Amino acid sequence: MSRTLRWWVLGAGLAGVGLAFLLAVVDLPSFGSVLHPSRDLAVPAAVQHGTANVVASVTFDQRGLDTLVEETILFGSVVAVAALLRPAEDERLQRERGSRPPLEATRLFGYLLLPLTLVVGLDLVAHGHVTPGGGFQGGIMLATGLHLLYVAGRYRSLEELRPLPLFETAEAVGTAAFVAMGFAGLAVAGSFLANFLPFGAFGQLLSAGTVPLLNVAVGIAVGSGGVVLLAQFFRQVFLVTEDADEHVDEKGAARP
Amino acid sequence: MSVYAYAVGGALVLIGGVGIARSRNLVHAVGCLFISQSGTYVFLLAVGYQKGGSAPVFGSTTPPSTQVADPVVQSLTLTDVVVSATVTALLLALAIQIDKTHGTVDPDELTSLEG
Repeated sequence: MSRTLRWWVLGAGLAGVGLAFLLAVVDLPSFGSVLHPSRDLAVPAAVQHGTANVVASVTFDQRGLDTLVEETILFGSVVAVAALLRPAEDERLQRERGSRPPLEATRLFGYLLLPLTLVVGLDLVAHGHVTPGGGFQGGIMLATGLHLLYVAGRYRSLEELRPLPLFETAEAVGTAAFVAMGFAGLAVAGSFLANFLPFGAFGQLLSAGTVPLLNVAVGIAVGSGGVVLLAQFFRQVFLVTEDADEHVDEKGAARP
Repeated sequence: MSVYAYAVGGALVLIGGVGIARSRNLVHAVGCLFISQSGTYVFLLAVGYQKGGSAPVFGSTTPPSTQVADPVVQSLTLTDVVVSATVTALLLALAIQIDKTHGTVDPDELTSLEG
């Protein structure tokens, strides 16, 4: 397709989508109105199940099956990235070639923030059902926080403190735990992912039934999934093709 | 303007689409797709917003009788963010593979299907 023709097709498509969008928006309740039927149903349901964070209740209790599918998408994509980026037959890993250490200020900042980030990440996972946060948010914070080791140190220090097989297993365990919770609900309360545990006192750490457990399962899966995912991209920097020498220099120059 | 926030969401989706169509680099195209998806976050959150409403997380100062924003669309946005982040990672991995096998990431130069 020529570029001119492509612009015309694009223009027609955008105009069509834009028009359909406008027609849809015109009939929506105006922005910021008090009319929220789904909210009026979700909030009492969350309160009834002792969950102070209504978003967590919707995510893990009221539409838990959706979240399980979402979790599966995440799992599948991590597996797919690992499969796509595995070293090919003519590629080998080259060890880190004497890179310059980061600035002193960067190191200090990184090492100060590393424990802080990990603690905040754990807090987000643990209190996801009573305060804003949850397994997804906390998990990704833990996964990226760990990479402060790379920012503040070297790739090798990250590699030593990041046993990849452990994280690969943890990701599978986290996802499996979510499914196991679903079957436990089926066995105890008669429906998949039913909230079968005592709801506890509203707003307390021990409340909301299965929601905090699912948060922990998702936190483990997302945290280790993120680490595994980033590790695949990191490894690309150190992969060199054995027969192309100038390719090596190019990759070496691009290396941080 | 009561439709302003919706319009921002819709515009982001369309702008991302334009970016993908005129992209000369697959990594840039993935970035544009992410912008397009960000429009859906803005739109969903705009749908759930209520003037003067607080966040749908209750505590000692906000009893469950408080008027809050719609938690259902916020939960959908969370799903949206997670899925788009994983899709972005997958597409970037594909871009790396395409660069390795074809030596280019310009979509216009990729004409043949190769294994």
